[in-house]
Amino acid sequence: MKATAAIAINVFRESVRDKVLYNLVLFAILLIGASLLIGQLTAGQDVKIIKDLGLSATSLFGLFIAVFIGIGLVSKEVERRSIYSLLAKPIHRWQLVVGKYVGLVLTLTVNVAVMAAALYVVLAYMRWGVPEAVVRAWDAPPLDPALLVAIGLILVELMLVTAIAVFFSTFSTPILSAGLTFALFVVGHFSADLRNFEGAVDSPMAGRITRALYWVLPNLVQFDVKANVVHGLPVPFGYVALAVAYAVAYIALLMTISVSVFSRRDFK
Amino acid sequence: MSGRLAGAFGVAVVLLATIVELQALRERHYPPSLDEDVSLYMQSGAAIRRVAGAYTPLAADLYWIRTIQYYGGTKHRLSPASGPLQGVPAPPASLAAVGDDYSLLYPMLDITTTLDPRFNIAYRFGAIFLAEPYPGGSGRPDLAVALLEKGLRERPDKWEYMEDIAFVHYWYEHDYLAASAWFQKAGDVPGAPWWLRSMAATTRARGGDRASSRLMWETIRQTTEIEFLRNDAEHKLAQLRALDDIDALQRLVDAVKARTGQTPRDWSALVQARALRGIPADPKGVPYELTAEGRVRLSPSSPLLPLLVEPPSESGGR
Repeated sequence: MKATAAIAINVFRESVRDKVLYNLVLFAILLIGASLLIGQLTAGQDVKIIKDLGLSATSLFGLFIAVFIGIGLVSKEVERRSIYSLLAKPIHRWQLVVGKYVGLVLTLTVNVAVMAAALYVVLAYMRWGVPEAVVRAWDAPPLDPALLVAIGLILVELMLVTAIAVFFSTFSTPILSAGLTFALFVVGHFSADLRNFEGAVDSPMAGRITRALYWVLPNLVQFDVKANVVHGLPVPFGYVALAVAYAVAYIALLMTISVSVFSRRDFK
Repeated sequence: MSGRLAGAFGVAVVLLATIVELQALRERHYPPSLDEDVSLYMQSGAAIRRVAGAYTPLAADLYWIRTIQYYGGTKHRLSPASGPLQGVPAPPASLAAVGDDYSLLYPMLDITTTLDPRFNIAYRFGAIFLAEPYPGGSGRPDLAVALLEKGLRERPDKWEYMEDIAFVHYWYEHDYLAASAWFQKAGDVPGAPWWLRSMAATTRARGGDRASSRLMWETIRQTTEIEFLRNDAEHKLAQLRALDDIDALQRLVDAVKARTGQTPRDWSALVQARALRGIPADPKGVPYELTAEGRVRLSPSSPLLPLLVEPPSESGGR
């Protein structure tokens, strides 16, 4: 456990050293700039647009970090041959994989938390000076705590994407891993099509295959509640709990396979 | 080391300034064309929804901003006298739509509301943009109603959309029975304001009457929390005041003509005749025009143009 934690903290430190958190500055500039400009470009619903922008940017920035750091976690050690000195230490291979994964999740969590705080600060600025009656006419309050539900599910989705990236990186090249992870991310957001494909094809076999893929491939649509939250629609606790449980189970599956593949790899 | 860094920084600044100056020089000698075709590369909201995936709400926002810029730009180009759209800043010239007259307005609104079916403002503002008579809008009240009905399919309890449909029927189509029916429908929605039912009764009894129109816009002005709608109501109230002014001034001109036997050709004749204290101006401060035939009208430069087309009524529009 200690070794896993040490590896995780090391990954976090490395990401700070690699200036991964610089993206936060870009995020802050994007949000502040948008909040100042949006009133000049649109007529009304500025707060909705800032919420959409903030949540989408959190998801997009997180996705790039999850994929591009995730694919290098294991392969970089192999490439730099530092894997030999690591494996010579009294640690298990599973600890290395899990520690790397937890380290990146820690980086993502810090990243998303700071982004959420920045989003709330910008929203508070936009709320400032607006009469109460006008605010009441908006779909959702500007400093809506429900935003945290959307942000939380974005983080959960990023954790799943990170697990996918780590999984591919245990047996594939970084470029191929990035491509495959992005492909699964896209497919994960089109899972409804896979479910409905049965009705669109003549071949029952093709229908059955797509139906099976629908159940097996990661369903990422369920983590996207951005539109609901922005419009003030409730997101039931049961829904969030089931989505989180699904992610935990899927991450466990991917980590199990990743550890299994990595344990069998021969680095000679 | 720091000297070298400062030198490099200086060179970078000089190069950047050169780049900016070269671009400005080229644009001075070869002005960039503004005749770029405004087009929608993807006409299907459903297709864009697929492409946007997890970022559909953001895509809806981008289409909404584009719609605003397109509408504001086209309106500004077609009727520059009206100035920038109230509550909507004028877009830069490069963003202003050219070459067509609102033909993309409905497709843009349709895409926006398909991408985000709960985009409240897109339905409400969009309906005004569509219903406003040309050149202030696309002059398509039928499309305005279609857009609002699309919103109602998503949110059947949204009385504001029903109220807006009633306004479109009342104001732009002069169909007072339909307007009254929609006001009634809106008033029947739980939580809707009480005045919608009164509006239904007034519209049914005295539709087209200028006083009932004034009551309607005054109610909107006082009750709406949306700045754009409040500005629009104030604009309509100013237009109604201008119609009243024009009627009153016309009566004065006709009276002077009857008294002197000569048609006054300008306001000074009325001032000399002590019928007026000075040159009368419309609610926006632009002087009214008196034609050579003795007709009073708004100045072509008045932001209140185009004036409301009043339906023929028994009371003569009063």
